[in-house]
Amino acid sequence: MKRLKLPPWLVLLLPAIIILSAVVLIPLVFSLYSSFTSYRLTRPDSIFNWVGLFNYEKAVTDVKFWAAFGRTVLLLAVALNLEMLLGLGLALMVSKVTSGQRLLRTMMMFPMMFSPILVGFQFKFIFNDNVGLVNNALQSLGITDQAIPWLVDGNLAMFSIIFAEVWTATSVFGILILAGLYAIPRDPLEAAKVDGCTSLQSFRYVTLPFLMPFIYIAMAIRSLDVARAYDIVQIMTNGGPARRTELLWTLIGRTGYVDARMGYANAMGYISIFLAIFFTVYFFKKLTQSRRELGMGA
Amino acid sequence: MATNMNHRIRRHSLKGLHFFGLFSAMMVLCVPGLWIVLNSFRPTVEIMAKPPVWIPNELNLDHYRAMFGGIGEGGVPVLTYFTNSLIISVTSTVIAILIGMAGGYAFARYKFKFKGGVFVALMVTRAVPGVALSLPLFIIFARVGIIDTHLGMVMAYVALNVPFTIWLIDGFFRQVPPELAEAAEIDGCTRWQAFWRVEFPVARSGIASAGIFAFLTSWNEYALASQLTRSTTSKTMPVGLLDFTSEFTLNWGGMCALAVLMIIPALILTFLVQKHLIAGLTFGGVKG
Repeated sequence: MKRLKLPPWLVLLLPAIIILSAVVLIPLVFSLYSSFTSYRLTRPDSIFNWVGLFNYEKAVTDVKFWAAFGRTVLLLAVALNLEMLLGLGLALMVSKVTSGQRLLRTMMMFPMMFSPILVGFQFKFIFNDNVGLVNNALQSLGITDQAIPWLVDGNLAMFSIIFAEVWTATSVFGILILAGLYAIPRDPLEAAKVDGCTSLQSFRYVTLPFLMPFIYIAMAIRSLDVARAYDIVQIMTNGGPARRTELLWTLIGRTGYVDARMGYANAMGYISIFLAIFFTVYFFKKLTQSRRELGMGA
Repeated sequence: MATNMNHRIRRHSLKGLHFFGLFSAMMVLCVPGLWIVLNSFRPTVEIMAKPPVWIPNELNLDHYRAMFGGIGEGGVPVLTYFTNSLIISVTSTVIAILIGMAGGYAFARYKFKFKGGVFVALMVTRAVPGVALSLPLFIIFARVGIIDTHLGMVMAYVALNVPFTIWLIDGFFRQVPPELAEAAEIDGCTRWQAFWRVEFPVARSGIASAGIFAFLTSWNEYALASQLTRSTTSKTMPVGLLDFTSEFTLNWGGMCALAVLMIIPALILTFLVQKHLIAGLTFGGVKG
């Protein structure tokens, strides 16, 4: 009798693989199956009602779905780019300070401690048209005497959500880019100065390429939990007013739990999963690529 | 002379601009949070006042007293939510760290086929949006009968945290030179002893920060918790926060007090690990 001997790395990884299969993989397989059925929570036996690609066809031809899809992509594109640029600016400003950097760094971390649900609540309060900080300030300063309906008007609500989203995540970029700025070797910068580069040129051709891996790390970390914007939207507007801030995730939640149409919701869920996986794989690819350019890693 | 003067003016204005930019950025980052803290100490009348009261006349602990006394502010059993949050977060963190240590060690020390592929596959499981995952989890947990229990939440959060802890811990073990453990093995330690006596102590602080990261994720998670918890037996604080909004009048003061209660542990823990956290994220990622 020979005992089955597994390689040590597999034994070490086994617990992780087991828990991830139990909680992520199996449910996902189940949801893939149910996305091909007309499963409704209220009628459990409808799980065996195979409808083929019907749910996907319905999603693809649904205007509401595409509106939510477009809005999600728009939100991610605007928010991620803004966060990156503001984070870069913030890191550059902090790195130029000569004293009190520790305090500034700590202050920078402040928004990172807030959970998304708290951020949503906080900005729901701040943008409240009646008792919110923003309207109170605008009215006290005499800029306007009307209550601006920040969360009631569709466009303003979208703006408020992007503001909240950017507020939380800018410091993630800022902190990581700052760490990158500390790690930059001095020599190339001095060489650039000797060669007569302006400060703008040496930033563009020396500093920025060194920072790219750090920017991609931040992007990769962010892409892992972009869906956390769901929490913020859920509490700030719940997809309203009249679905004007409906994102893919809130639409899925509403279809699954409120309308109880699980099959359809899972079909849309799968589309959102592929969107998330695309972002993650893309940034991890970029990360390894920029590492290789700097000769930093295998 | 003129160029000199020009130069000086330019430098001073740049300095002023820098100071102004930094100051306003820090204001934007800090004021929203401080405003919540301030409002948790103000009576409801003052929060709702029109025209607004800028300088508080009165600060008191009414909202906190209401939250902890009796059944809680507006019937929201905050204390129960707090205990639930604490039990679920601590348990899932401990398990996630143990699993993460094993996995991270495997990635840092062993070579095997498809290593990069396995790694990305692990990270991808983390990228699945909580809402999309909560639908099938809800159905399966309901079937198995662990919906609305601590066990169900702990399992969900362990799975949520494992990929990221593996990533972080992998980075920390990589910084420990393998020669250290080899030397210990030559001196007569088993691999197991070498790990606990040599490699683990060196990477300990890094592992602690990965743990705190996992704790904060569980502590703050909402998308899964909002569907997998139904009643006071397992509801966590982020879900409890919504109890204040479901009534006809929003209890802003009470919500602020609960928000402060949620933020305090997060604040303390983040301060403790901020140095390790930055090092872990950057070096774990760059030298990978």
